[in-house]
This record gives sequence, C-alpha cells and structure tokens, in this order.
Amino acid sequence: MSDEAQTIPGLGAPADTEWETVVGLEVHAELATATKLFSASPNRFGGEPNTHIDPVSLGLPGSLPVLNEKAVELAIRVGLALNCRIQPSVFARKNYFYPDMPKDFQISQYDQPINVDGWLELPSGKRVGIERAHLEEDTGKTVHIGGGGRIHEAGYSLVDYNRAGVPLIEIVGHPELRSAEEARQYVSELRSILVAVGASDGKMEEGSLRVDCNVSVRPVGSDRLGTRCEIKNVNSLRSLGRAVEYEARRQIDQLTSGQAIEQQTRHWNEDDGRTHALRSKEEDYDYRYFPEPDLLPLNPSTEWVEQIRQALPALPRDRRLRLTAAAPSVDIDHIALAVERSMDELALAAISGGGAAERVMTHIVQNLADGSGQLTSEALAELVGMEQAGELTATQAKKVLAVLVEGGGSPQDAAQTLGFEAMDTGELESLVDSLIAEHAEEWSRFCDGDGKLTGFFVGQVMKATQGRADGKAVTQLLNSRRG
Amino acid sequence: MGQQRITRAECAHVAALARLELTEEELDRFTGQLDELLDHVAEVEALDLEALPPTMHALPIANLLRPDTPGEVLDRDEVLAQAPFAEDGQFRVPPVLGEAP
Repeated sequence: MSDEAQTIPGLGAPADTEWETVVGLEVHAELATATKLFSASPNRFGGEPNTHIDPVSLGLPGSLPVLNEKAVELAIRVGLALNCRIQPSVFARKNYFYPDMPKDFQISQYDQPINVDGWLELPSGKRVGIERAHLEEDTGKTVHIGGGGRIHEAGYSLVDYNRAGVPLIEIVGHPELRSAEEARQYVSELRSILVAVGASDGKMEEGSLRVDCNVSVRPVGSDRLGTRCEIKNVNSLRSLGRAVEYEARRQIDQLTSGQAIEQQTRHWNEDDGRTHALRSKEEDYDYRYFPEPDLLPLNPSTEWVEQIRQALPALPRDRRLRLTAAAPSVDIDHIALAVERSMDELALAAISGGGAAERVMTHIVQNLADGSGQLTSEALAELVGMEQAGELTATQAKKVLAVLVEGGGSPQDAAQTLGFEAMDTGELESLVDSLIAEHAEEWSRFCDGDGKLTGFFVGQVMKATQGRADGKAVTQLLNSRRG
Repeated sequence: MGQQRITRAECAHVAALARLELTEEELDRFTGQLDELLDHVAEVEALDLEALPPTMHALPIANLLRPDTPGEVLDRDEVLAQAPFAEDGQFRVPPVLGEAP
C-alpha cells in the first residue's frame, strides 16, 4: 500500500468493501420580506426584468445599504427554530467579478454570523448539527444567449437585477448525513421549519430554496472524511436524492479502481442523471473578505430575541409529537407526511371530533395529496364515522371525500348526491343468492376451499351494484352461505 | 525598515485578484507601500490588547435598521439608457464563462 493510499480513505479498496456516504448541505433560502435586504425595492418573484431595482441594488456610486429589520427578525426566527445561539454579527464584502452582482461584491456574513451552533432533528429522531445560519444578499440572474444555449459557447449574456439584494439565509449543516435519503429528509424538514416560522415560502421550483451538497464516501468504520465534491444545481428533493446517489457511486467506482478523488465543484444535470466537473479546488476563488464599512454591526438585544422566541409557532417536530400522541398506532412516516402537508391540524380536529385515528390518517396520506380544499375537520370525522358504521365502502368514501374537497358540505349530502346509499341487507342477500345460482361451478369450487373465488364473487357483486356494495359485507355473506 | 512583510509576487497576486494592471515600476512602489502598512499593523499587533473587545466598526453604534416598507424603484428605461448595451429590458454583457463563483 502506498503512502497515498494510507491517507485517502478507501483508495484502492477491494470491490466487496462496504461504503458509507457522507453528506453535508448548504441551503440558501430567500426570506419572505416585502423589500430587499439593504434597500426598499420589492422582494418579489418574477416580474418584468429590472423593474425591482434601486441605486443600492445596482451598486450606483454614492448609494448606501441600510439593513432590513424584518430580514433580521426572520433570520433570528430561523436561528431559534434551529436551536442556534444568536450572537452579535458583522457583514462582510465577498469580492468577485461576475455580472450577477453589479458592485463586484456580495454582502454576506463571514467570520461573525448571526446564528451559530444549532441542530435540526429528523423525523427519525436523528439530530444533525448546524454550523451556522447567516444573512446575505442574493445575486441577479444571468441568461446566456447564442452559441446553441451552451454556457461555454455563449455569444453574450443578459442580466436581470430584480433578484439582486433579495435577503437570503444560508444554513450550513455539518457533514452528518449518511445517505441520499437522509439528505432528502434533512432538506424536507428544514423546508417545513422555514415555512412554519414564516421565514420563507420554501419553493425549490422557483429557486427560493436552493441546495448545494457536499458529498464524500469512505469505507464503513473509517473515522476520517474522504475528499468531498460540491454539487450544485439540485432543484428538487428528487434530484437531491438522485444527485447524491450518483455522486457517491461515482466516487466509489473511482476509489475502487485506484484513483483518488479530486476536490471539485460539480454540476448536476437532471437530463442525463450525472454530475459534471465545473472547477477544481485549485481554481477556487479568493474572495478577499473584509468587514463591510457601509454597514454597522448587528447586536440584537436579549429582549428582542426573547420576544421573537415567544412568538414562534409550533415547529414540525412538536407537531409530529402531538399528532403521534393522538394517533399512536400510525406510522411515523405518515405522521411526518401529514405535518409536511400542513394537515396535522385537520387530522387532530377530526380525531378529537370522533373520527377513528387510523382511518383519518389514511385519508390524509392517501386521498388528500393535492390538498384538503374545502374539507372541514367535522366533515372528515363524520365521513370516517359513516365508513365505520358500514354506510359507505372505502371506495365510496374516497369519492365522497373528493366532492367535499372540491365544494365542502357534509358527507351525508355528498353521499346522497352520488347515490351512495348503503345497500339494504335483504337486497344484498338476494343478489348474492342469485349470483350463486348463476355461477354454480364457481360456487362449488369456492365451497371446496378455493380462496381465489372470493374475489370472483365480490367482483360480480360490485359489477352488479356499480360498486355500491361493501366488499367486507359480501365476503361475510359468502362465508355464511357456505356454512 | 524591518523585515520584508510582503513579497513582490504576493503584491502582484493581490493586484490580479482586484483586476488591477500594474506596471513593473508600480509593482515595486506598491509592494513598498503595502510593506510599510504591514509594519504599522505589526506595531499594533505587538500591544497587549487581551482585555479590549474587538472594534467592529469605526462608529460606536450598532443596529441601524429600516422598516420593511417598499419604496420607489428606478425607471428601467432611464437606467438601461445609461448601460453600454441593453436588450429586452436587460443589461447585455460579454459572455460569462462557467457559473457564478
């Protein structure tokens, strides 16, 4: 083994090595303020290019930045929700030359960020350390024109500064995530927290939540970190999972074939499902950070921080605990999903209104993926009650639910409109008897114990009643007829 | 003058980072000036300042905040009229290579 192999975890490892993926994430979230971080032009997604601009966001000579109080409050909310220490902070200039920032620097926080040393708890109960969550301004958007749309062949670029100066919080997590799935859960949880405290709308598709992932691999049991690559352009939870999977696989293949990993920034390409090298560590930028002389230090008073803490809403973790207490037999993934969909209040109200917890949760998880619309908790509780009383089958309940989501109202009325009246027992019995007579051969096989025939008869009943019958009741009836 | 604190090569590197084009003569002159500045910093560094809190800003005030109230925006046409090139309501710039740093 060479010296190099001894210092690089996993280099030249045998093919049967068990690997561990190590992921650390940097998440940028646009804060939900009305105006920009340092000036009064609107912070709004979209809009005609260059219509949300002012002297500060264009970096015009003589303009001076003034910090937005609301952005600071939202940053503190995030810090508190992530169990950070809120500390005195200083803004710094991050210098670089790129047309997305007209003043040739970005104002950020560097060595003294507002929030430090926190943690976030995943639904599984695992805690992931948060190194820092600091304030900075967003950049403008550049579009590359010509050259077939490929960046490196571009004829020229167009710049829109509407986004320049929009407040961002950058949340830097420790590399404590161990799989693509955990990375996905982390971002999902972080997004729920940001939305819950009103700090951000969390929309990845509009770029208001952006994720850079640092990925490395090492043999299981190794206590050293491998060389990492940073992956950019991950625009959804799904691509996050895919990008981490791909990148870990790429690094493992490279290490097992005896090649060291080069520290790189890589670009995720959604179309080909791969990451591509953008630049190596050697080309990394020297940003020449220095304290921003045009801004004063920020030192939020203890009173202000406490006031913000008192006003924080229930966080996803507490909401999961509360829902779990009300629906103890329900899987934690389903509990988490209900909270993620912000339907935990609906579920809690329906359960306390008498709806059976498991049934309520089944509807929320399976049938309300597109939102609860006009559905009230009372109606949901009543619907579940009707199912339990055998007045509606599961299939019918689902259809009733769709009507309630669409237009509100009571499940009784909706069921009636849909013609879902519970079948009279006598009606069902005579139907089953006539079907038995009609299918004598199948019936005798059923009586001989061929279980598959249960489905056949239930199917026949459903066909004859257009789905009105309760499958469970039919099965019971068949069994009692067999004697 | 004491030991040299910054080399000519370091000065050239810093100039390149700031996109400054310096002549050989300027490079010599600025290396000397930066060296003097660093001499002065070294004098301050030599003092025992353990007990003093770090100064974060020249002004002894903090927390200057403004309310989150929208104000006036600039007129796009007027702004773009002053740009070297514009197109479709946007600033037109030379092609940029790669992603933003």
